[in-house]
Order: sequence, then structure tokens, then C-alpha cells
Amino acid sequence: MSQVQATIDFRRNTQEVPQQMPAAVQKATAKFLGNRAVLVEAFGNESWQALRQAGHDIRLHAITHIEHYLEKAEAAVTRAGGQVHWARDAEEARRILLDIAARHRVKLAVKGKSMATEEIGLNHAMEAAGIRVLETDLGEYIVQLKGVGPAHIVVPAFHLSKEEIAALFHEKLGVNAPAEAEQLTRIARMKLREEFLSADMGISGGNFLVADTGTIVTVTNEGNGRMCTTVPPVHVAVVGIDKVVPDWESLTVLLKLLARSATGQKLSCYTQFISGPPRSPAETGPRQMHLILLDNGRSRILKTPECRETLLCIRCGACLNTCPVYNNVGGYAYGYPISGPTGVIFASQILGTRIAGALPFASTLCGACNEICPVKIPITQILLHLRRRVAEGDESEDAAAPYALRLGAQVGAVALGTTGLYRLGSELLKRLQAPFVRSGWMPRLPAPLNRWTMSRPFPAFAADFRQWWRDRPAAGGKRGTHEPSA
Amino acid sequence: MTIKAQLFITCLAEQFFPDVLKRMVGLLERLGVQVEFPEEQTCCGQPFFNSGYRNQARELAVKWLKVFGRTDGFIVSPSGSCVDTVRHHFPELFPPGSAEHRQAEDAAARTFEFTQFLVHQLKVTDVGARFPRKVTYHSSCHLLRGLSAREEPKALLRAVQGLVLVPLPGEETCCGFGGSFSVIYPEVSKSMMESKVRAIESTGADVVAVCDAGCIMNIAGGLRQAGSSIRAMHLIEILTAGREAS
Repeated sequence: MSQVQATIDFRRNTQEVPQQMPAAVQKATAKFLGNRAVLVEAFGNESWQALRQAGHDIRLHAITHIEHYLEKAEAAVTRAGGQVHWARDAEEARRILLDIAARHRVKLAVKGKSMATEEIGLNHAMEAAGIRVLETDLGEYIVQLKGVGPAHIVVPAFHLSKEEIAALFHEKLGVNAPAEAEQLTRIARMKLREEFLSADMGISGGNFLVADTGTIVTVTNEGNGRMCTTVPPVHVAVVGIDKVVPDWESLTVLLKLLARSATGQKLSCYTQFISGPPRSPAETGPRQMHLILLDNGRSRILKTPECRETLLCIRCGACLNTCPVYNNVGGYAYGYPISGPTGVIFASQILGTRIAGALPFASTLCGACNEICPVKIPITQILLHLRRRVAEGDESEDAAAPYALRLGAQVGAVALGTTGLYRLGSELLKRLQAPFVRSGWMPRLPAPLNRWTMSRPFPAFAADFRQWWRDRPAAGGKRGTHEPSA
Repeated sequence: MTIKAQLFITCLAEQFFPDVLKRMVGLLERLGVQVEFPEEQTCCGQPFFNSGYRNQARELAVKWLKVFGRTDGFIVSPSGSCVDTVRHHFPELFPPGSAEHRQAEDAAARTFEFTQFLVHQLKVTDVGARFPRKVTYHSSCHLLRGLSAREEPKALLRAVQGLVLVPLPGEETCCGFGGSFSVIYPEVSKSMMESKVRAIESTGADVVAVCDAGCIMNIAGGLRQAGSSIRAMHLIEILTAGREAS
């Protein structure tokens, strides 16, 4: 991934969004949402709501008893012949992976799509250590060629047109490709096939980790993930500790929710279950399997009751698809590989509000994300708590908002909360606005309201209800005679 | 028994759309409701709560609860987002079991958004209005998702004589107002507002009906900027069309 900014400046990032981005994003998200809606309707809304509740309960149970299930998973993976590593943070996870790579003299690693490895900036670290690392998910392959990160957590290159991809292939791969999806896919496939066969290590993420059997589950559509985890001699899976689920019964509920919510499929093309390396020399597959369990701030999230449900996320991307903010800016504006509503609540906790304090405000609190989330994460409630963390601080961080802003809030609250001042203010504003008003509207206003008037006029202050109420013939005392539902 | 309604006028409606408030009084009285106006009321604190300033939000909530706590009957407001604040966020501001928490829960239980008050409490959908125009409806987020009012406003519109209700593409998509969001991230707000304006224009309606002052400021301003002839109106203005505000 590209490096995280020292302070994520969401506004500046939104100003740099390429002009064609919103339309490209909206075209793709509309397709996913449309497919999802068809399947949800076929499932029956009531059953779907029940399934969401079940998904929520399973995930909440799992993260509430996370230590128990992680120990169980560790024991099961170890029993199956896999090696389990615990990584407190991104740095430790990278070091563990580089150690394994050094031991096996890895020169080329192939990767399946994984948000956890994006989170820890793995590619950058491996390249710095002289190891070539190749993304093999088609979307990830494309954005890697382009030298950027994913624009969407499920479909990383969905904002690029066929023409742009053809030009990119021409520039980076030296091939003359027609701007045609099937041809482009074939070219990538041919290039990747050679790499799979010569890779020394395969790296994957994991959509779920089944505690009962220590099974790593990956949900993919291209088959590249299967190549990464079966062809090279060593397989390393980097999995967030939040991905643990108790058993296979829980898993079936979550799989039903995931593919429908993500891409509008009943089930993705490949759902892969990896329970350890081959048990006998006769079996094929990597000789070694490593599981890196990544904390990187997740335990801290669990400690804040108002925010812990952040970790229920199954990374389906439905909240990105429905979010009106995401739909108008795309993924890069968030300055973090996990974008959209779920990215906002995750990143601002993982990175801290000093770095990512702008993100909780990158929402209108419209609540479309809450409504679509397959595991019912109360995203706007968490956003509100994180805004509070920025403004006032909480148990886990001190306030990050500038002092002037906090002082402004205090003054504002006194003005708005004192009836006399409030009325005085509304009278004053009616007088002070006079030079700005043109037929009931103010086309231009000084800062900070120029941020409003840069796109539409501001209505004129017009408060006169209180006076009207007093002047009514039967002021406040007019008696009605309604008989309830007579 | 007389039904009594305490007006919760809200800052934005008071400052920018006082006519809507006067019409609301007229309509409620016509429906036989005894209307009262607690004059000490100011802001409910929503802007502070939504920006993370809970201490300030709490101060304003205490004041609001003091003003409305002295009253009886229903509390009725022409704004879904302010009602959502009172109904769902006031109780979160005080520790469970405290006197303030009890007060907040009492107030929450008797506070209603205008369209829900009409449809569910008064059990009225036809208020005898006539408005022979083509109208489309934008669904305000907090009314829709905070208070689950998906159908009430449209039921009221459908009962208006002569009114032709046309569906709005992306009816439930946020218009980009979002309170302070509109000035913190003005470029995104603009982009969202312009999508909304384009959708409204695509319906060929004469009027877009909206139920929340913030959304009206944004949408009406956007329509004006685009040079559109479509008017954004509060639903109450449509339900009282052809009558004088006072």
C-alpha cells in the first residue's frame, strides 16, 4: 500500500479526486447494490433480517470471547502441523514474515488479496528487503502495476476503465492489449501463471478463522488465491485476530451474508478451507504453513465498549457501496487502504485520532451503512463516539480538536442555551445580514460560511415566529376540541 | 379529551422557515389540537452532540428538558433530526437511573415528528388539502432511518387532492447537508447536493417535498444555484397550501 499520511487530510484528499472518479465509482457500486438487492429479495426480507441478527450475534460472541477462541484456533492449527505466530503490531507482523522469507531464501512471493497485509504495509517492507512481491488478484495486480493502493476493499481497481487498464498494460508489460475485459484478463492470467510456478512463497489473508478446526477460510472469485496457497512451497496467512469464529455452523451463516452483501452472489466462485499443510508426503501442497495472527490495535478497540463492534466487520464492502460520501470521492480520499464507513471507524481507532481524526467527520450520519451492514454494526453510533473522542477525549485518547474549536463550542453552547442570548442573536443576525441579502438569499458570505456559499446561496435569517405567536388574538391559549380518533 | 401539543420549533425552522411554523400551528388547530409554545426553548443541542461535544450537548439537553419537562401532552416538531436527537440521544447523555435520565426518557416518549404525529397519534392522513401540482419527495435521513418514517410523509402527500406524486430516483440517498459536514467537507457536500438536484430535475416535478429544515436549506439553495424552476417546500407548506399562514 501507499504510506499513510502523517495526518490524514480528508478535505485536501477530496479536492484531489479525479473528475471521472465519482461516475466510475457510482456505476460499479450501483451494479453491486442491484445484484445484492435481487438476492436479498429472493431470500425474503424477514429471513434476511433474521440472518443479519444471527450474523451479528455470532460475531459479537466471537469477539467477546476472543481469547478463548484464539487459543482454540492456535491449538487446532498447531495440531494440524501449521505454525502460529502472534503479532502485536504491524512492525512485528512484518518482521515475522520477513524472518520466514529469509529462512526459505524467498526471492519471489505471490499474494492473494488481503486487507491485513495492506494494513501492515507488507509489500513495501518486502520490497525494501529485496524480495519481489506480486499481487495476483486481478484488481490488486492492476493497482500494483499502477503503483497505488486499492480503491475499494473488495474490488480494488473498479474505478479504472478498460481503456486505462489497456494503456497501463502497454506501458508496464509492453503488450499491445485491446481495451476489452476478456483479453486483458487473459494477458494478466498468462503473466501470472509463470509467476505462480516460480514463486518461493504464497501469502494470503483470511476471511475467517474457524476456531474448532483451525481452518483458514478465504472467499475469492478468481482462483488466484488458491494458486497462492497451494503452489509455492511455503504458505503464510496474515489474519486479524478479529476474524475468528467459533465453528462451522457460525461460518455458514457468515458465508451466506458475505457473498450476497459483497458482490451480490449466493456464494463466491471459490470458498477455500485450509486446515494445515499436507499430512503425508503423498499429499500435494506447500510443505509449510504459517499463520500470523495480527492484533495491531484490535485489543485496544475491544476495550472501548462503545466501539468494540467495529471488529464485527466481515469486509464485504456493502457500506462503501451504499455510502453517499464514498460514492462521491472513491477510496483514495480516506488515505487508508480500508475506506468507506467501515474504514473510517477502523482506521481512526487503529491509527489514532491524531493521525486520522478527520475521518469520523467524513460522514453525514445518514445511516445508510447501518441499514445495509450484514452484521449490523452500529456504524453511526461508533462515529458519534469517535467524534466525541476527537472533541473531548475519552478513556483511550485525549482530545485532538484544536483548542480554539473547543472554546468555540463552549461559547456557542452558552449562546444557544441562554434564551435571552439566543433571541438577541437571532435579532442581530437579521440586521447584520442586510448587506448580503438578495431577494431572501445570501449568494456570498464571509468565512467560514463561504464554504457553504461556494456551492449554493444561504437562506436569509427570518425569525419572527415568537413575535407572531405573541401577537395572535388568542396567543397561546386557543383551545382545540379534538376528540381522539372520533 | 383534548389533545395538547407543545411546539418544539427547532433552531433552523425558527431562523429560516418561520412560515412553516405558523402554518403548522394553523393546521394542528384545524385538526382540533390545543397548541402551546414553551417560549423559553432554544436549541436541543444536536449540532454539539453530532460534532462530539457531549458536555455542551448535555448542557443544552438539561435546559431543553427543564423547559419541556414543565409541560404536558405531546411535544411536536417539524424536524425529524431534532426529534431523533431528543428521542434517541438525550437518554444517552445521562447515567441510567439518574433523575435526568428518567426525565429524558419521559420526554423521549412524548416527542413526535410532525408527520408521524399526524398519522399515528391523530390518525389523520387526509387533512383536506388541495395542491394540483406534480410533486416528488426527498426522504430526510434522520426521519427515515432514525425514526423509521418511510411511508408517513408519502401517505400524507398521496391524500392531497390534485397532487401527483412522482418517485424520486435515489429518494433515500442523503442530500449532502449533514449539519457541520456541509462546511467541514464542502466539496463532497456540493457533489452530493448536485447529484440530488439532478435527480430532482429528472422527475419533471414542479415541487420537491422535504420534511427537515436542514435538507430544505441545502436542496432549495442547490435548485436556486442551478437556475431550476422547481421549488423545495416543507411538507407542511403543501398540506396548508392556499391558506394564509396566520
